[in-house]
Amino acid sequence: MAAHLLQNYYETVAVILFSIGFTTLLLHRNMIKKIIGLNIMDTAVYLFLASKGYIEGRMAPIVTGGIQDMEAYINPIPAGLVLTGIVVSVSVTAVMLALTIRLYRRYGSLDIDEITMKARKEEN
Amino acid sequence: MDVIRNFPFIGIFFCMSSGVVNSVLPGKWAKKVSITAVTLNLVLSAAVLYYVIVTDQSYVYVMGHHPAPWGNEIRFGILEGIFATFFCMIMLLSVLGGIRRLEEDISEKRSNLFYVMVNLVMAAILALVYTNDLFTGYVFVEIMTIGACGLIVVRGESRSLVASVKYMIMSLIGSGLILISLSLIYDLTGHLLMSNIQEAIAQLVESGSYMEPLATAIALLSVGIAIKSALFPFHSWLPDTYTYATSTSSAILSSLISKAYIFLLIKVYYRVIGIQVIFQNKILHLLFAFGIAGMIMGSISAIRQNDLKRMIAYSSVAQIGYIYMGIGMGTTIGMLAAVFHMMSHSASKSMMFISASGLSSVSGRSCRFTRLRGAAHRNKLAGFAFLIGSFAMIGIPTTAGFISKVYFAQAAVQSPSNVKMIITIIALGISTILNAVYFMRAIIVIYSPVQEQGNHAKRKDTLMTAVLICFIVFNFALGLYSDIVVDYMRAGLAMFS
Amino acid sequence: MKKTNEKRSWDSGWKRFLRWLNGESPIEYKSSPEWHLTDEELKEKYQEDMKHAEKVHKEEENLYRRYQQWPDKKGIPLYEKIYKVFAVAVCLIVMVSLLFTVSGLMEFGNPENPVNNEVSRRYIEEGLQETGAVNIVTGMILDYRAFDTFGESHVLFIAATCVFMILRVGIGKDKNIEDEKAREQENDRLYEPKNDKILQKVAFIVVPIIFIFGIYVILFGHLGPGGGFSGGAIIGAGLILYLEAYGFKKTQRFFTLKTFRIVSLTGLLTYAAAKSYSFYTGANHIESIIPLGTPGHILSSGLILVLNICVGAVVACTMYGFYVLFRKGDF
Repeated sequence: MAAHLLQNYYETVAVILFSIGFTTLLLHRNMIKKIIGLNIMDTAVYLFLASKGYIEGRMAPIVTGGIQDMEAYINPIPAGLVLTGIVVSVSVTAVMLALTIRLYRRYGSLDIDEITMKARKEEN
Repeated sequence: MDVIRNFPFIGIFFCMSSGVVNSVLPGKWAKKVSITAVTLNLVLSAAVLYYVIVTDQSYVYVMGHHPAPWGNEIRFGILEGIFATFFCMIMLLSVLGGIRRLEEDISEKRSNLFYVMVNLVMAAILALVYTNDLFTGYVFVEIMTIGACGLIVVRGESRSLVASVKYMIMSLIGSGLILISLSLIYDLTGHLLMSNIQEAIAQLVESGSYMEPLATAIALLSVGIAIKSALFPFHSWLPDTYTYATSTSSAILSSLISKAYIFLLIKVYYRVIGIQVIFQNKILHLLFAFGIAGMIMGSISAIRQNDLKRMIAYSSVAQIGYIYMGIGMGTTIGMLAAVFHMMSHSASKSMMFISASGLSSVSGRSCRFTRLRGAAHRNKLAGFAFLIGSFAMIGIPTTAGFISKVYFAQAAVQSPSNVKMIITIIALGISTILNAVYFMRAIIVIYSPVQEQGNHAKRKDTLMTAVLICFIVFNFALGLYSDIVVDYMRAGLAMFS
Repeated sequence: MKKTNEKRSWDSGWKRFLRWLNGESPIEYKSSPEWHLTDEELKEKYQEDMKHAEKVHKEEENLYRRYQQWPDKKGIPLYEKIYKVFAVAVCLIVMVSLLFTVSGLMEFGNPENPVNNEVSRRYIEEGLQETGAVNIVTGMILDYRAFDTFGESHVLFIAATCVFMILRVGIGKDKNIEDEKAREQENDRLYEPKNDKILQKVAFIVVPIIFIFGIYVILFGHLGPGGGFSGGAIIGAGLILYLEAYGFKKTQRFFTLKTFRIVSLTGLLTYAAAKSYSFYTGANHIESIIPLGTPGHILSSGLILVLNICVGAVVACTMYGFYVLFRKGDF
C-alpha cells in the first residue's frame, strides 16, 4: 500500500492537503484561518483533478504542427473542470472575506466563538 | 420536434437573465420583473408536466450542437416535471406572501439585490432538477449556496451576519466533499454524464475491482449533500439561519433549497450509481441512523424553545430526519415515501413561516410566545393557516402529513430488515407524540383569549391573505387527492433511472 | 530635576546640532500631555492607570462568569465537548478513508485509464474542425460544455452582488455603527495615495503593458493558452495597480459604479443571447449560421471570440470591484 501511495504521489499529496484544509476549516476558531483552510482544501481538489489528465510523454492540448492524433496530447477534460472550479473558489473566498470584514467592524473580534458569545449576550 | 421541449431551457435562461437585469433596476421594477420570471417559469413547467404525462416518456434535450457525452444535456420526465412545477409555485407564493414584511425589513436601496438572489436561486433550483450532468450540478449547487447566503444576509442585522457565517462554513465543507467525490467518480469511470456513469459503475461492480474507492466516493457524496441539507449532526447552522432571516427567505430556504439538495441526492442515487448498487451499500444504514436521531433530537430541542420561528426551525430538522429515514430504508417504497414527504413538508413549512410573520406583525413584530398570546384572534387567517400547518406536521388525517406517515409505516413494514422495521415504527410513534406536544403548545398560546385587545395597527395585507388562502387550499388538495399525486410519483420514479 | 526648557527656544542651530549629536533631543515634546510632569508625578499617574485597567479587567471577568452561569449555557459545556470530540473524529475518518482510497486507485499517468476514452478522443481529433479553436481546452469549455461556463460566470456575478450587499456603505436602513466606522476608515489619511514616486513611475510604465498583455491573452484565447478568465484576471490586476498608484480620484474618471454595472450586464446578457441561439439551433437540429473561419486566425471559431471578450470583461470588473469594496465600501 505504501508503494502505491508513493507511486501516485500527486494524488497522495492532494489528499493529505485536502485533509489539512478540511480540518482547519472545521476546527480552527479564527475566521482568517478558516478561510485559509477553505482555500487549501479547494486547491487540493484541483490538484487531484488536474493530475487525472496527465499521461507520460505527451504535449499540452493545443494543436501544434497540425497533429490531431489522440496519442499526442494529454486529456483536456480535467483542465476545463479545474478552470471552472478555480472561479468558484475565488467567489466563495470573496464572500467569506466580506462577511469577516463586516463582523470585525461590528464585534471587534475574529474569533467565531467570541462573536457568537457577544451576539447572544446582546440578544438577552 | 415539439416546441414544448424547449420550455425548460427557456425557463432557466429567462430566470438567469432577468436576475442579471434586476441588478440595475430600482426596487419596484426589480420586484415586478422577478415575479414575472417566476410566474413564467410556473406556466412553462406546468406545460412541460402536462406534455410529459400525456406522452408518458422522458425526453433528452441537447444543449448545443453536440450530443452528450461530448456536450451538456438536460433531461425531464414526470418526476422532474412535478417538482419543477411545485417548486415554482412555492417560490411564487413565498415571494408574494412576504412582500409587505420585506418592505419593512430591508431598505429600499437594497431590495433590488434581494430579487437578484431570488431569481438566481430559482434558476439554480430548476437547473438542478433538470440536469443530467454531474459537473453542471456542482456549479449550480455553488450558485445556490452563495444565493442562500445572500438571502440571509440581505437583512443587514448583525445576528443575520453571524448566522450566515455559520451557514457558509458548513455549506462550504459540504461543497468540498461533493467536489472530491465527483473527482473520484470521474477517475473511476471517465464520464461526467449521469447515464454513462451508471453503465460504467455497473461494469465495475460486476468485475469487483476498485470497490473501495467507489464506496468512499458514494459515502463522501452522501455526507456532503447531507451537510448541506441539515441532517442531524450537521444541523447546527439551521436554527439561527431560519430565525434571523426575513420570512420570505426562511420560507425559500426551508422549503426549496434543502429539498433541491435532497432531490439531487435522489437523482444521483437513481441515475449515477444505480438503484441496485445503492440498495446494497452500507451508507444507507448511516443515513437511516442519522435520520432517526434527527427526528427525535429535533423534536426534543423544539420543545424547549421560547420563540415561534426557532421552534419551527427545529421542527424542520425533525422533518428532514423523516426524509432521510425514508431514503435510508433501502426500498423503492421508502424512496416514494421520502419523495412525497418532501412535497408535503415544503407545502406546509412555507405556509407556517408566512403565517408566523403574519402573526408576529400584529404582535409588535416579535415572535416570542409571551408576546404572541391571542395573536390568532387578531389575525384570524394567519392563525388558521398555522393551525392547518401544525396538523400537517403532526399527521392528523385528511392532511398530507398523515398520508406521508402512512407511507413511511408501509415502507417500514415491507422492509427486508426486521431491525429497521421495529426502529422505524417506534421512532414514528415517539416523534408524532413529541410533535404534538410542541405544536399543541404553540396553538394553545396563539389561540388563548386575551381580555384587552389593544390597538395594534392592522394594515390591510391583501396579498398575504390571498397567499395564505392559496396555501390552505393547496394543502387540503394535497391531502385529499394524494392518490393521484403518489401514482404519478411512482411512475416518475420508475422512469427516473 | 528641573528641565531648562526656556533656554532652548532661542538656541543657535549649531548648538542644537551638538546637543542632538550627544543624544539630547532638541525638540520639545509639548505634544505629549505629560511633558510637564516630574518623575514622581509620572509614577503616580502610572499606578492610577494600572488600577483603572485592573478594575475594567475584573468587570469583564465577572461578566464572563455570569455568562457561564446562564441557564441555557449550563448544558452546553458537555455538548461542546461532545461536539469537539465528534469533529476531530470526523476529520480523522475523512483523512484515513481518503488515504485508503488513494492506495486503491489506478496508476498515475497510464494511458489505459478509463479517463482517456472516446470523450477525449473526439475532443482532440475533431475539436479543431467542429469548434475552430486551436486551443482544445477553450473549445471544450466554450463550445462543447458551454452550459457549465454559463453557470460559472453567474457564480462570479452572484458573488459580486453578495459582497456588494454586505460591504457597500450607505444602503442600510438607518445609521448603524458599521457605516460610521467604515466612513472613519475612509477618511483616514492612510487610504489616500501617498504620491509615492517609485510606485507612480513604475505604474506609469507597467500598467499599459499589463493591459496590453491582458487583452492579448483574451483575444488569443482560442489560439494559445489563455482565455477569458486568465485575461480578465490580468486586466483586473492592472486596474488595481493603477488605483494603488494614482488614487481614487483619477480612477473614478473612467471607472465608476455605473461602468461596473453596465459592463457586467452587457457581458452576461451577450453571453446568454449567444448561447441561447447556439442551444436553440442545436437542440432543434437547425444549422447554425455562424461561420467557423480558418483555424489559426483571430477572427475564427465562431462565437468563441465574442464569449471570451464578454467573460474577460466581466472577470476584470469583478476583480477590481472586490478590491474596491473591501477597501473603501464604495466605488
